[in-house]
Amino acid sequence: MTPLVSIEDLRVAFNGVPVLRGVDIALQKGEAVGLVGESGSGKSVTWLAALGLLPRHAQVSGSVRLDGRQILGAPAGELDQVRGGRIAMIFQDPASALNPVLTIRRQLCEALVLHRDLQGNAVKAEARRLLDLVGIPDAGRRLEAYPHEFSGGQVQRIMIAMALAGNPDLLIADEPTTALDATIQAQILELLSTVRRELGMAMVLISHDLGVVAENCDRVAVMYAGRIVEQAPSIQLFADPVHPYAQGLIGALPPLDGPRRRLTAIPGTVPDPAHMPGGCAFAPRCSLVAEACGLAAPTLAPIADDRSVACIRAEASRRALLGIAAE
Amino acid sequence: MGRYFAVRIGRAALTIVLVVTFAFIVLRLSGDPALMILGPEAPPEVLAAFRKAWGLDDPIWAQYFDYFGAIARGELGRSMRDGRPAIELVLERIPATLALTLPAFFFKVALGVPAGIYAALHRGSGIDRAVMMTAVAGFTVPSFVLALLLVLVFAVQLGWLPSGGQDSWRHAILPIATLSLGGAAVLARFTRSAMLEVLGQPYIRAASAKGVPWRKVVTSHALPNAAIPTVTILGFMVGTLIAGAVVVESVFAWPGVGRLLVVAVANRDLAVVQCILLLVAMTMVTSNLIVDFLYGFLDPRLRSKGAHA
Repeated sequence: MTPLVSIEDLRVAFNGVPVLRGVDIALQKGEAVGLVGESGSGKSVTWLAALGLLPRHAQVSGSVRLDGRQILGAPAGELDQVRGGRIAMIFQDPASALNPVLTIRRQLCEALVLHRDLQGNAVKAEARRLLDLVGIPDAGRRLEAYPHEFSGGQVQRIMIAMALAGNPDLLIADEPTTALDATIQAQILELLSTVRRELGMAMVLISHDLGVVAENCDRVAVMYAGRIVEQAPSIQLFADPVHPYAQGLIGALPPLDGPRRRLTAIPGTVPDPAHMPGGCAFAPRCSLVAEACGLAAPTLAPIADDRSVACIRAEASRRALLGIAAE
Repeated sequence: MGRYFAVRIGRAALTIVLVVTFAFIVLRLSGDPALMILGPEAPPEVLAAFRKAWGLDDPIWAQYFDYFGAIARGELGRSMRDGRPAIELVLERIPATLALTLPAFFFKVALGVPAGIYAALHRGSGIDRAVMMTAVAGFTVPSFVLALLLVLVFAVQLGWLPSGGQDSWRHAILPIATLSLGGAAVLARFTRSAMLEVLGQPYIRAASAKGVPWRKVVTSHALPNAAIPTVTILGFMVGTLIAGAVVVESVFAWPGVGRLLVVAVANRDLAVVQCILLLVAMTMVTSNLIVDFLYGFLDPRLRSKGAHA
């Protein structure tokens, strides 16, 4: 089956400094995939690059296919059809992602007119329906309001309505709840999974919050320093992480049950993109580092049906986790 | 909204009172008009008669209150030089000044705004650098230097245009060019930075992510936001329509309000100077009020803040 979106060897550099160093990921229709990693690991850049939304000075290479069709470097007109129409995106800070001087109606109808064959009153009726759908009360009247007249949570709901306007097959949610209160976060995530289920839409949830991803995604990809280092079904990744970095992330989470244990931290810091270590980028912080790790960057290789990991010490790392002494 | 503007109008009135007071004090302290007009050789009794006739021998506070009382009655005094009402002298000069400043304003906007937008949209390109270099040059070169430079090239060397006077439309070209270039440079810089600021905002990327074509992102998302800071500088330029050409009118011997001001100050022709200052203060204040209204129109955030104020 052709994946909905498949990204291969996507590389991005800003002024010669590489920030994405070969990302491979594929998405099936209707699937929810979480993308986790620290800030600067390239989670957002991956999707901004795929949609051609990076500034001009970014050098992008690789391949991004939508239904088998190359969209990386596609002509502007074609990309405009994809953006919002096939792949929609919502952003971290909803309040600044809406134009402050235009009414909600204008911004919402703009998307509807671009991607749906609607005219006149039908546009406004659809805009009202979308606001209703995302839970904005009194939608008819609120359409004429400006973004500053809504609360942060409401603005993110409006962003979601706008993203849904084009009936996209994939929604990229880039840290959609980071700027919101904890209670509002839960509501927004709930809304996202409801509309996703109802519309059969695929979703990429970009987050540094492992809990959010675990709850909302079928599959998780872990990014480190511009690469995907491990991908696995959510349950498996949390129960049995293989890559030492993924183990570190999960080890740093407090367990809800069982005996209290000291949380482990990953030593060291993320390498500076301008001075990447040769070989595996995680090697300088890795407790299982071997000499071979410094020679070449490991490639993402399958270790089971639906799991892959980029680590030459994967086997040793798995044993270490399970408490089996290395031979 | 109503209170927002009531406060602004009150402030505007206060500004005018302060300007007039300041002008009154400075002019009264900076020399004796009787001596300036009649000359140091005038007999003392003539000087005394002149002072009495113009009320200059009253205590300064009495002169001040008389002056304000007169303004309130709409009397702006008479020129001490030829006895005509000051307002008449000023008003007859206004068309000449506007003949320079209105076309100059048009060219400033027509050149400066598109240049700034273009430079911002092609940031870092050769054209951007060229526009910015021209703008910095136009911004830093004082208008009298630019005026003399233009005279040197187009009047003296090439002999295409007259260097001064007001006999035909050709006489207006160099003064208008001088005024336009400096103003266009300021506007281009302002517009460019306003536009760059807006283009870096997340809502611009979000609009692109919606599939809005770039041309439309610029026209319907970026420009309305960049207009807000640009209107400020435009308002300032409207405010200088009456008095903005003092230097240029002097260099080109153009008989407008600016030159009248220079002559009246030199002669201590108090009524005329005060009349011009009052007029300038009023245009400035009015254009600021218009800018405030425009803000309310352009920026819905201010509109609702005004409603709560």
